[in-house]
Amino acid sequence: MELAHIGRTFGNNVAVADVDLAVFAGEVHCLLGDNGAGKSTLIKIMSGVMAPGSGQMRFDGTTVRFASPRDAQALGIGTVHQDVGSIPLLSVSRNFFLGNEITKGWGPFRRLDHGTASRLALEQIHKMGIRRVRDANQLVGTMSGGERQALAIARALYFGARVLILDEPTAALGVRESQIVIDLIKVARSQGIALVLITHNVTHALAVGDRFTVLIQGRVTAAFRKGDRTQEQLIALMAGGGDTPSGDDARHVQP
Amino acid sequence: MNDPGELEFTKQSLFERLTSVVWIGPAFAAALLFLFFALVGGANGFVSIAGTAGWLNSAAEVGIIALPIGLLMIAGEFDLSTGSVVGAASIVVALGSGLYGLPIWTSIGMALALGAAVGCFNGFLVNRTKLPSFIVTLASNFILFGTSLGLSRLLFGSSNVSLKVRGEAALLLGSKWSFFNVSILWWIAAATLAAWVLNQTRFGNWIFATGGNPDGASRAGVPTKYVKLILFIWTGVSSAFVGVMSVAMYNQGNAISGQGYVFQTAIVAVVGGVLLQGGFGSVTGIVLGAMIYGMVSLGLFYTGWSTDWLSTFIGGLLVAAVLTNNTIRGLALKRKSVTK
Repeated sequence: MELAHIGRTFGNNVAVADVDLAVFAGEVHCLLGDNGAGKSTLIKIMSGVMAPGSGQMRFDGTTVRFASPRDAQALGIGTVHQDVGSIPLLSVSRNFFLGNEITKGWGPFRRLDHGTASRLALEQIHKMGIRRVRDANQLVGTMSGGERQALAIARALYFGARVLILDEPTAALGVRESQIVIDLIKVARSQGIALVLITHNVTHALAVGDRFTVLIQGRVTAAFRKGDRTQEQLIALMAGGGDTPSGDDARHVQP
Repeated sequence: MNDPGELEFTKQSLFERLTSVVWIGPAFAAALLFLFFALVGGANGFVSIAGTAGWLNSAAEVGIIALPIGLLMIAGEFDLSTGSVVGAASIVVALGSGLYGLPIWTSIGMALALGAAVGCFNGFLVNRTKLPSFIVTLASNFILFGTSLGLSRLLFGSSNVSLKVRGEAALLLGSKWSFFNVSILWWIAAATLAAWVLNQTRFGNWIFATGGNPDGASRAGVPTKYVKLILFIWTGVSSAFVGVMSVAMYNQGNAISGQGYVFQTAIVAVVGGVLLQGGFGSVTGIVLGAMIYGMVSLGLFYTGWSTDWLSTFIGGLLVAAVLTNNTIRGLALKRKSVTK
């Protein structure tokens, strides 16, 4: 998936301007930026919630336009929002298949297939490397933040996501839970999924990212590949301190 | 926290297993109240056939409306217009067939259609304006109450229109077996339908989701507005049905008589374990809630105490129920189900 010269304004406010971004299968693209840098607007454009004011989006090489999030989903663009969108007082399997329920029987006797739903939901969550969830009847409200991310990611992948947008997945999590999420991202990447990771946590981004784009006030300040910047440089960049690409000389100074 | 990958099944304690049953609270309360009234009011006939029929009849009438009210509350909305729909439906049948001589099934059809129309009105307004359903349905309760009172006085000269229902309609809607009203059978049928819908259908899943996290539900593709509209209509039609039954049972339509249902039905749902915040509840619980309501309202009479205290008793019960529901919800969210 590729964005070219994407821009969007709200009244006189420029939310994003002239943003280029490319996401490839089996890669994690980290979108970094401080609060208000235009990350949310960009996600909304990519997931079909909002149309871009200017520029183009291409998917598999063809130009696409989304009228609604449904269009984006149909193409295989899944979005996991920060609150994950799960229903706390509903079971794991009911959450997993919410909106896409599996039924058996016909006519008035059409009913939910609880058995198959439970089996499939657990299978998919285990595939993400989460072994602690063993009961599909467990209420989602009893799961940890990392496990809820696992549920949401497994769900998006199961329903055909090829591009997965993760909006601040580690923002509300502790160290251990954040590690679970980073492992989840690695699992998804190894399955050939193209991931967009929105975050302002530099450590998490560097731990898993293959490509990086830094946004400041709606514009791309820097775009680079893994290993091209150190953590200190990245932090300075995000804070608006300008780009200092590390050549060989720079590496000697900042190991 | 266990190491990932390590499979270890711990047995749940009896307490954990009991509290994981959604309707354990109302079941416990119902058993306790039954024992209490059997001990205190048993000598006066609480456990006799007449006594049992008495509280079951009363539970059935409230219960038929409380079922869709409970589902609506699980979906995060509320309906205070039920009382007026009961009264208006009874007036429509009594005026239609009594004053204007329409065939009884025609006027019954009109009454049920009125219930559906009120449900549509409530649902449409709530979905469109995003106003709290509390205020929308309170308004429609008053509008309908005034209209049916005004029309029945204008057309008939009284808020009370008598009509003797005969034939199959009387058999299906107003007959008795010993002291037991046929409404009990309708209640069982309504509960079976509600349980099927809530637990076994996609729509049931959507009801929970709509009340549990509306934004998450719509992002997952749940048509939350449609869910609410259908439940408002279901509530309206059920209320109209109870109004129709009351004509067959008491041989009269009355614009005022339904007002008691306005709060009774909501109380039954809450006493039955439905969470006021939405997203949680069960049909078994709502049925038990109606039984509790029936037992308390009839049981007090059998104790020989003054029934003036009935409302005090029910209010106390309501507070206890709300507190228990919140505790049960807290326990449900703490529990790790099979694993620990």
